[in-house]
Amino acid sequence: MKIAIASGKGGTGKSTVAANLAYTIARSRDVVLVDCDVEEPNLHLFFPAPAVDVPVTTPVPEIDPDRCTLCGECGRFCRFGALAVVKDCVLTFPHLCHSCGGCTLVCPQGAIREVPRTIGRVACSRPLPRLVLVSGILNEGEVQAPAVIRAAKMFAEGHPLILYDASPGIACPVIETLEGSDFCLLVTESTPFGLHDLRLAVEVAETLGIPAGIVINRSDGEDAATVAFAQEHNLPILMTIPFSREIAAVQNRGGLIGRDLPGWEERFMDLFTGVSP
Amino acid sequence: MIVCITARAAGTDAPVEQRFGRAPYFVFVDTETGKSESVENPLVDAAGGVGPRAAQVLSEHGATVLITGQVGGNAARALGTGGIKAYAYRGSGSVADALAAYTAGNLQPIPLA
Repeated sequence: MKIAIASGKGGTGKSTVAANLAYTIARSRDVVLVDCDVEEPNLHLFFPAPAVDVPVTTPVPEIDPDRCTLCGECGRFCRFGALAVVKDCVLTFPHLCHSCGGCTLVCPQGAIREVPRTIGRVACSRPLPRLVLVSGILNEGEVQAPAVIRAAKMFAEGHPLILYDASPGIACPVIETLEGSDFCLLVTESTPFGLHDLRLAVEVAETLGIPAGIVINRSDGEDAATVAFAQEHNLPILMTIPFSREIAAVQNRGGLIGRDLPGWEERFMDLFTGVSP
Repeated sequence: MIVCITARAAGTDAPVEQRFGRAPYFVFVDTETGKSESVENPLVDAAGGVGPRAAQVLSEHGATVLITGQVGGNAARALGTGGIKAYAYRGSGSVADALAAYTAGNLQPIPLA
């Protein structure tokens, strides 16, 4: 089973839920936790352990100057400006390339081939006997987050139980993360901002045809609007985490409430049972 | 010599546009004949990477001098490699005014990679 944890809004507690859920599950069975927030992965802060790094590459064009006639087709085709034919040479801007491969197809001379370029890495560790952590890490200044997410997910592929921690937002990286998931846990908070972005995230899950459920985090007890929204969309509220100084203190030092606070391991286990009956 | 001036509209009376890659028009002026050609820039609303693409448009029109407000890093590299010199026109005048300022030697070159 593959469970994605997403939210729309940033800072609602996706990683908190993902880390605690993974910790709790790993007490009794094998689980792989994949950090798909590749622009700022931080699940490793909850689970410090030595990691093995594998580079992630993406294909970018390389020009064979002997075959190139400077016709300019590639530069006119590339909508990302990754190639430009100026005067007597073809310039490439690899960091602008989205690796679509179109330039190799439009070149009438067959003068373009694709070569790998490193844009990030995947770090694998085993912080607990039954927990494997796979973190996708996009290099600074790079644009191809989905490629790193795809690579990170590939490392977990084939495992019976996988958790994907998504990035905030609802754009390409989140869609890449959700793709192939069996269930989507949407973490929200009791604010108008949390509800607004939850609405967007629900639309994404619905569009992708992924069943979803809601976790309300930092609840001040006034969740009527969120509850009404959930009922309207037929979404179960699977867990409510209160706004509490005690929880914040554990969280702020990189601790796990499922491990450090009594009663929370059971609650996260109930959450898992709610998702995977 | 062909000079390209970035403009907000077609023709040499059009106001100069300060942006390079997203300028609505490129006005190419042949300084020998005085003839001009205005080319609508298809990249105005493009998502990104407009600098190198605009540089290729200039190169294809045979321009060797660009007059604009400023250029970004990618555009600078493409222009520099393409042997196109860039000059900064920061005034609010027309394409013709900018060209006159360039001809009079009053424009500062923009350093390119």
